[in-house]
Amino acid sequence: MKDFKQFALGTAVALGVGLTGLMAPTAQAQDSNYVPLLTYRTGPYAGSGIHIANGMHDYLQMLNERDGGIGGVKLELEECETGYNAQKGVECYEATKGKGALVYNPYSTGITLQLIPKASVDKIPVLSMGYGLSAAADGNVFPWVFNGPDTYWDGASVVIKYIGQQEGGLENLKGKKIGYLFLDAGYGREPIPLLEQLAEKYGFELLKYPVPGAEMQNQSSQWLNVRRDRPDYMVMWGWGAMNPTAIKEAVKIRFPMDKFIGVWWAAGDDDAAAGGEGAKGYKALNFSGVGPDFPAIDDIKTHVVEAGLSSADPETVGGTLYNRGVLNSVIIAEGIRTAQELTGKTVITGEDMRMGLEALNLDEARLKELGLAGFAHPMKVTCEDHSGSNPVFIQQWNGTEWRQASDWIEPMNDLVRPLLEAAAKEYAEKNAPWPARTEACPN
Amino acid sequence: MLYDIFIDPFVQMYDMPDFFLQVLWEGFVAGILYALIALGFVLIFKASGVFNFAQGIMVVFAGLTLVGLHENGVPAYLALILTIGVMGVLAYGVERVVMRPLVNQPEIILLMATIGLTYFLVGFGEFVFGGEPKQMITQELGLPTGSTAFEIGDRGLIILQHIDIAAAVIAVIMVTALGLFFNKTRIGRALRAVADDHQAALSVGISLNQIWAIVWFAAGLVALATGIMWGARSDVSFALEIVAFKALPVLILGGFTSIPGAIVGGLIIGFGEKIGELYWGGLVGGGVESWLAYIIALVFLLFRPQGLFGERIIERI
Repeated sequence: MKDFKQFALGTAVALGVGLTGLMAPTAQAQDSNYVPLLTYRTGPYAGSGIHIANGMHDYLQMLNERDGGIGGVKLELEECETGYNAQKGVECYEATKGKGALVYNPYSTGITLQLIPKASVDKIPVLSMGYGLSAAADGNVFPWVFNGPDTYWDGASVVIKYIGQQEGGLENLKGKKIGYLFLDAGYGREPIPLLEQLAEKYGFELLKYPVPGAEMQNQSSQWLNVRRDRPDYMVMWGWGAMNPTAIKEAVKIRFPMDKFIGVWWAAGDDDAAAGGEGAKGYKALNFSGVGPDFPAIDDIKTHVVEAGLSSADPETVGGTLYNRGVLNSVIIAEGIRTAQELTGKTVITGEDMRMGLEALNLDEARLKELGLAGFAHPMKVTCEDHSGSNPVFIQQWNGTEWRQASDWIEPMNDLVRPLLEAAAKEYAEKNAPWPARTEACPN
Repeated sequence: MLYDIFIDPFVQMYDMPDFFLQVLWEGFVAGILYALIALGFVLIFKASGVFNFAQGIMVVFAGLTLVGLHENGVPAYLALILTIGVMGVLAYGVERVVMRPLVNQPEIILLMATIGLTYFLVGFGEFVFGGEPKQMITQELGLPTGSTAFEIGDRGLIILQHIDIAAAVIAVIMVTALGLFFNKTRIGRALRAVADDHQAALSVGISLNQIWAIVWFAAGLVALATGIMWGARSDVSFALEIVAFKALPVLILGGFTSIPGAIVGGLIIGFGEKIGELYWGGLVGGGVESWLAYIIALVFLLFRPQGLFGERIIERI
């Protein structure tokens, strides 16, 4: 009798859990748009990941609180912790895709590379904003992947162009030494093919300094090599704990900080602050707003942070990486809004979202309307170009905060675009049979 | 090729003596830091025969506790004392909750328990302090910052970071204190007895539980010193946990039970990996130091399987 009771109870609980599980996605799909956020607030890369996660979450939450969502439909937000680990990232994807996910933001090149082949099968687009596979900018080969406003190859070309400007012209790079310090992972290795081509074209020597993930906080050997090689400039593709350590090491060997330039992911406030007074002059690429002085950020403070709905330390709201997360969510939100306009539906699917992202046009007027005038360069996605290769600016650390230190600089599009297309073709051939594009162009 | 391997590195050492001295100094500092981490492993292995997988996270936990307390308004020195107290509570807790119930269990069970402890401390640390890296309160603790440059005649200069000098001094003090503690005090002798034979030690009235708590506390203090020093060089973050495993080749080399072994092993690995990376690493594209340490340790193992200072154990069948 006791056994029967246990069996009956167990069966009831199992059925209850099962039915709840089956019904939950349906309920979400009916009255909300479900946006999973693959984030990392723990582990070695949390120092960067936390700010991004906060920015992404808070902007979308602000839309829920202020506007009741997008198009009158609330956003159902769910964070899944990846720890910047590709395996965990895929687990998060598999666990959430059945809930009606509209788009995935892996925030890791490693996870992005895993999700790219899945996107066209599951019909859920991947938005890797300013990271991931550069070749995915070719929308004809990768209709389900979006990596604007810039790829790593765009970023690398801007760095070289900027260094050329500092030297009085790209032709003056001949004979110079440019050091490249990078996280020895898919992310850090991504721009190397382009940098090598640029080195050959402009006659500079590219010196590579890989930093293994396990050695992020133990970089003295890399910087001793830098001291011996005496590069004219250092370029960094770092993330997480690698960035502050590198900046401290650069200060330690007395490397001229105004000749040390990080990618947009090595542009965090904590990264530069770690170097103390000596970090003054350090530069980094950026494509999102600097500081908290934007009406939309004010709305986030009012509706989310002060309402106790954010995990962010109020002092970090408006920081570089926080704003980067905000820009990511602006693209998500505008993709949803565009998809709603295109389809006439308020609750959309991943396929609708793909169309919305492909028809995205974030012009100056729209940015102003969003309370984000000057927050980003206007960006327009086309069916052929999923990145846009938009201009980027250089920001410089003044010892206490970042200041914009250059105008918007165009990537070397004439050089980068053919290389991107060739790389996309090569990817498709290596991963044959890669599906040919059949998706209609919404533009 | 042969020139690049056998001649060129030595020519470079001669041509750039300032750089060579800088490499030696960096190797020395790295070695000292590896030795400090290895010491924590050695202490626990001596007392219980367990490889304490949690030593790395103890370094992070100690550092985060110190900085976290200070961030919440506790003065630096009081935070230091309170952190020592926290490490004491942790040691007592580990002894009561983890070690005591596992007495006489196979060593693999104890190893698994320390892996469990690692994940507990990661989660607990992130829950209490958050996942963001924190800057070490170097100046507040009165530790020196800045650097001094020495001219090597007209052949360049060598830059010494004051914090690295402090790390070397603190490491020497800690090793001396631990050496005196284990050799000259009653508890130290009891610990050595426990290390030799648990049952024999118990039979003469030595409290295994007390010894374990003391040893875990000592390992906690070493972790705190390591956390402060390494945190001052980079930041205190959970990535430091991985760095702590740099001590593994040091232990293989120096022996799991020898305090002098940890020091000498640390220095050999520190010098070896820096010199190897800087003068020979370029031949294979760089980035050799993460595995070179293991190669050095394995070469030593060919000749001394018990490590440089490890005890040769002969068991009769």
